Order: sequence, then structure tokens, then C-alpha cells
Amino acid sequence: MSVFIDKSTTVIVQGITGRDGSFHTKQMLEYGTKIVAGVTPGKGGQLFEGTVPIFNTVAEAMAATNANTSVIYVPPLYAADAMLEAADAGVKFIVAITEGVPVLDMTRVYPFVKEKGARLLGPNCPGLITPGESKVGIIPGRICTPGSIGVVSRSGTLTYEVVYQLTRAGMGQSTCVGIGGDPINGTNFIDCLAAFEADPKTKAVAMMGEIGGTDEQEAAAFVKQHMKKPVVGFIAGQTAPPGRRMGHAGAIISGSSGTAAEKIAAFEEAGIGVAKRPMDFVELLKARM
Amino acid sequence: MNIHEYQAKEILRNEGVPIPPGEVASTPEEVERIAKQYGGTVVVKAQVHAGGRGKAGGVKLAKTPAEAKEVAEKILKLHIKGLPVLKVLVTPAADIANEAYVGIILDRASKKPVFMVSPAGGIDIEEVAEKTPEKILKLPIDTRYGLQPYQASRLGFFLFDDVKKVRAAAKIMQSLYTAFMKNGCSLAEINPLVTTPAGDIVALDAKMVIDDNELDRHPELAELRDESAEEPSEVMARNANLTFIKLDGDVGCVVNGAGLAMATMDLVKYYGGEPANFLDIGGSSNPEKVVNALKIITSDPSVKAILFNIFGGITRTDDVANGIVTATKQNPLKVPIVIRLTGTNEEIAMKILEENGFSASSDMDEAVKRAVELAKGGKAA
Repeated sequence: MSVFIDKSTTVIVQGITGRDGSFHTKQMLEYGTKIVAGVTPGKGGQLFEGTVPIFNTVAEAMAATNANTSVIYVPPLYAADAMLEAADAGVKFIVAITEGVPVLDMTRVYPFVKEKGARLLGPNCPGLITPGESKVGIIPGRICTPGSIGVVSRSGTLTYEVVYQLTRAGMGQSTCVGIGGDPINGTNFIDCLAAFEADPKTKAVAMMGEIGGTDEQEAAAFVKQHMKKPVVGFIAGQTAPPGRRMGHAGAIISGSSGTAAEKIAAFEEAGIGVAKRPMDFVELLKARM
Repeated sequence: MNIHEYQAKEILRNEGVPIPPGEVASTPEEVERIAKQYGGTVVVKAQVHAGGRGKAGGVKLAKTPAEAKEVAEKILKLHIKGLPVLKVLVTPAADIANEAYVGIILDRASKKPVFMVSPAGGIDIEEVAEKTPEKILKLPIDTRYGLQPYQASRLGFFLFDDVKKVRAAAKIMQSLYTAFMKNGCSLAEINPLVTTPAGDIVALDAKMVIDDNELDRHPELAELRDESAEEPSEVMARNANLTFIKLDGDVGCVVNGAGLAMATMDLVKYYGGEPANFLDIGGSSNPEKVVNALKIITSDPSVKAILFNIFGGITRTDDVANGIVTATKQNPLKVPIVIRLTGTNEEIAMKILEENGFSASSDMDEAVKRAVELAKGGKAA
């Protein structure tokens, strides 16, 4: 068992011939991910790396492969259309890696994907990995190792940092999910926490949040009410000034809301172990397992 | 991206929002000329990307052209929240019977643009929300359908009783919504929306924030950016495709990834130091980006030590190492540097650095501690 993806996951890559798409498709293939098709309009009929069939549309790719997942590497101004296309073609899990998608575009995508009964991860996210089984996105495979810690985060490289330290300490991961740094995204902390709670392989959860919005506060309330498994959390941006967008479009303190302090207080109130430094996850998790 | 009041008013005027005339000036003499042309009392308003202009003395009434010149002299010397006032907007003073608030904000919780209207206008809306939440109507809009006439009318009825005024307000709601969507805004606000003694409804102030992700789609909006109103180092960083925010500390940070960059700043603080900046060199970094990053960091005289924290995933650490070597050959460093690299091509990176006389570690905690010590005047290793 694992969360969202496993050995049997079949993947369509949207934007497979682009710079990022082709690089990461090779990495995913190397990791063992079952890439069954690629989509690049105008390149239908060709083969990627001599093995993966390319289609002009997601509908054609679905008709030929019936994949259950798609991953999107198309440029920002075309990404919303790619998400709508995937949902419309019946893809059930859509992972949008693209950074810089206009937020207003997502106000149309989000309700559409929901109505189609699909799950969206991202945009502006590193994707996810179930170590030893499958990876969809850009998380470096070699820093992960199979195990029982569920990892969920709004960030990319900060996740790698924590996962790397878990791996070095001999604490493998069930699944690592990057939900992304945008203000409007699909899968949120609560979706991942609920999935980890239900997953028999996951024994504890490491959660990395950041300033901006109230996702972490809602996640804390969920942990308090619904979770039996231990959770350890970290909030990035304790030194961030208000009103400034800290790299991620969603990492901004508006007025007096969305600060690190209020999120950390919510964690403490919910009995979540608070990591003061990224290095503290290992000890805090060990103490709770 | 923030735009100035006069720019936001121009956009809204073009969408049909009734807005009194106004003209921008950058010298007291121009202000005097404009005031003379309008006749009567004028308002002189600082054009600066900061709230609380009125409280800071950036908005003044003037009864005569001579007085307008006088107040403009004072306003153009002001710094509001650290930003210099370089332009003022001059506009005829309006008679006010009543002030309301109308705004649209892109709301994360409902994942929709949300209209907020209140008959208690003219003051900070966050304050109204806190003290008298019953005086605010919030209405989320499904962007697939847009603002429907019944919704615009409901918003109007929350502000006015008189049907004629409600219709005028509803029309303004539609115009504001059109401007919000057309220009890729994350915020569009009219505060105050004023009723004059004659019963006309006009917008006396306007604010718009544009989603940076929309600028490639709207090159005409990117041109509205006023670089003179920003921190020069931040302008330099943006032109080099780096995300940079200047802070008050003395440890200059160069990091890949926004989350790790924030966590690095936090760790600097944890060990008793103060970060000098937020800087994310992004995912697929090339040596050129690192060279630019170092240029920006070293141009800040308050930086006493430089800290690199790179976790190579897509970012190749050898690219970063090459960038450090190139940059320091061009401009030898005057302050100590601490380098932490791990991940993709780490061995190659370490070798490049060693051959060029740098030492590097693969441990984030150690590196941050060291950089804080060095910034405080500790000895270099």
C-alpha cells in the first residue's frame, strides 16, 4: 500500500517533447515509472526515446492506453488548458508541475476538475514519489528510500532536504507528496493527511508548511480530530516580512494573517511535534513512533 | 505587481467607472500649474506603493494653486514606509455625502474572486471586518460564468436603498469585475466609492494588484511597472530572473528553492544571526544566475558574510560551483563566504571549489552556524 501512486500507476506525460518534459520523462523511466504515452500537439505518431508513443491529444492517448495518471510540464500560459484537457479526457489523477500558472486560470480549472471527479496535485509542485515503486514529477529518486514515513510539503527543495536526512537516519518513506506553493492548488494538506492515516504502510507523517493562507491551520484541526498516527511539522518563513511574496506565489503574509507564529501555535495546540529546524524531524519522529 | 493609483484609475475609467479627472506631476511647479487649470480646491496625493498614505502625510487638500505647490514640495520629500515619493496625483476636491467600499480579492479559501462591499467606506477594510463584520457583504464569483446581473444588483442593494443609486453601483461592480479579469488582478479596490451631495456615485481612490504570473500574457501591463518606486537591488534581481527580497540583516543568503530559502533564513535567525535577504536562484540554474546573484548580494554594504545553501535536484551543484568561481574571479570577495552543496554532481562541484581555493560542506546546519559566526566577526577557517 501507499498513497496516490504505486507500481501499477500508468502515466501520460503532457509536454513530453519539451525541455523539462523530456528530461524528467527519462528520469521517471529510469526510476521504473510506467510511462505509457506522451502528448505533444503536432508530434502524434512519433516515439519518445524509441519506446513511448506520442499522441496529439490526451483524448487519443487515453483511448489507446486508458492511463490513470497524467503529469503536466507544459509552459505556464498553456498549463490550465492542459489540466482541463486531462480532466475532460477522463484522467483521474492530474499532476501539474508547471510553475507560474496565472492564479485566475486556476479559478476555472479547480471546479471543473472537481466536477469530473478527478484529483489534481499542484500546480507549481515537485509531484510525488512512492520510493521503490513509482515517481511522478521531479523529486530526485536517489534521496528517497522505501519505509513508513509519509511526507507532505508545500515546497520542493526543502522537502528534499528533510527526505535526505530521513533517509540518512534510516527512516524510509511510504510516499512523499509535494502539494505546491501556489495560492490555489488541487490536493491540500488534509487530503494527504487523510490518505496517510488510511494507509497501513504509513506509521508517521512529516509535514512541511510555510507562511501564507490557512491550509496549515486547517490541517492542524484535522490532525487533532481525525488522526491517530503521529505528525511532526515545520513552518518555513518565520523571518519573512509581511506583504512580500517569498518566491512561491502563495507564500505571503497578508495583513496580519498567514504568519509562521499562528501556524506553529495551531500545530502545538493540535499536538503536532514542532520541528524548529529542518534537522529536527528525525529525532521528533523517532520519539513518537 | 503593484500599480499606482493614477494607473489603476486610468484602467477603471476605460472600463466605464466614473472617476473625477486627475493629472500626475513630479515637481511642485507642475502641481501649481495643474491646480490653476482645475481652479478651486484640489487634493494632492502621493503615488507610492504603500498603504497608510493619509496617515503619513501623503494626501493633502490645497485651496489655492500656491498652497498646492507648497504641499507638493513637502509630499515630494516624503518617504512612506521606506519608499520615496516621486510622483503626486492632483485632482479636484470632491464634495462627499457618503463613502462606501467596493473590492474584489482573489480568495485562497473559496478558490474564487470574492466581492467585498461595505457601506462603511473610506477606512481600512480589515478594520471594518474585525470590528463590524456585519457591515461587509462577501460574494464569491464563479469565473466560468462571471458576475451575473442579479449578483451585481445584490451588491448594490447592500450599499444603497435608492434604486437609481443601486443601478449605478451595479454598473460599477460590472466594470470593476471586467477590469479585474481582463488585467489578471489578485486585488482591485475602490475605497472610497463616494456619493456626492448631487447624488452621483464616483470612485475617489483605486488600487489594483496584478498577478505576476499574468505579465507574460499582458506585456502592456508589465510596462506600467514603476522601477523607480522599488528597491534598486530588487529591480536588478528581477531583470536577472532571480527572486530577491532585501531584508535588514547581515548574512547574505543564496539558496535554490523558495521553501529552502525561507528555511535557511529562519535557521540564520535560530543561530542568533539576521538574514540580509531572501534569494532563490530557482530550479534549472546556470552559472550566469549565480554570478548575478553574487553581484546583487555583494553590492549590499551591510552584508558581512555570504552563505550558499544548494540542494541539487534539477539544479546541478557543479553549475553553482562554476558560477561562484567565475563571479569571484571577476570581483574578488571582500567578505567571507560559506558554501553548502549537496545532491546532483556534488563530487564534481566540491573538486571545482577546492581547486579554486574554496572549502565547502554538505551539512546545512554547520554551514549556517558558521556563516552567522563569521558575520559577527568570527575568524575565517
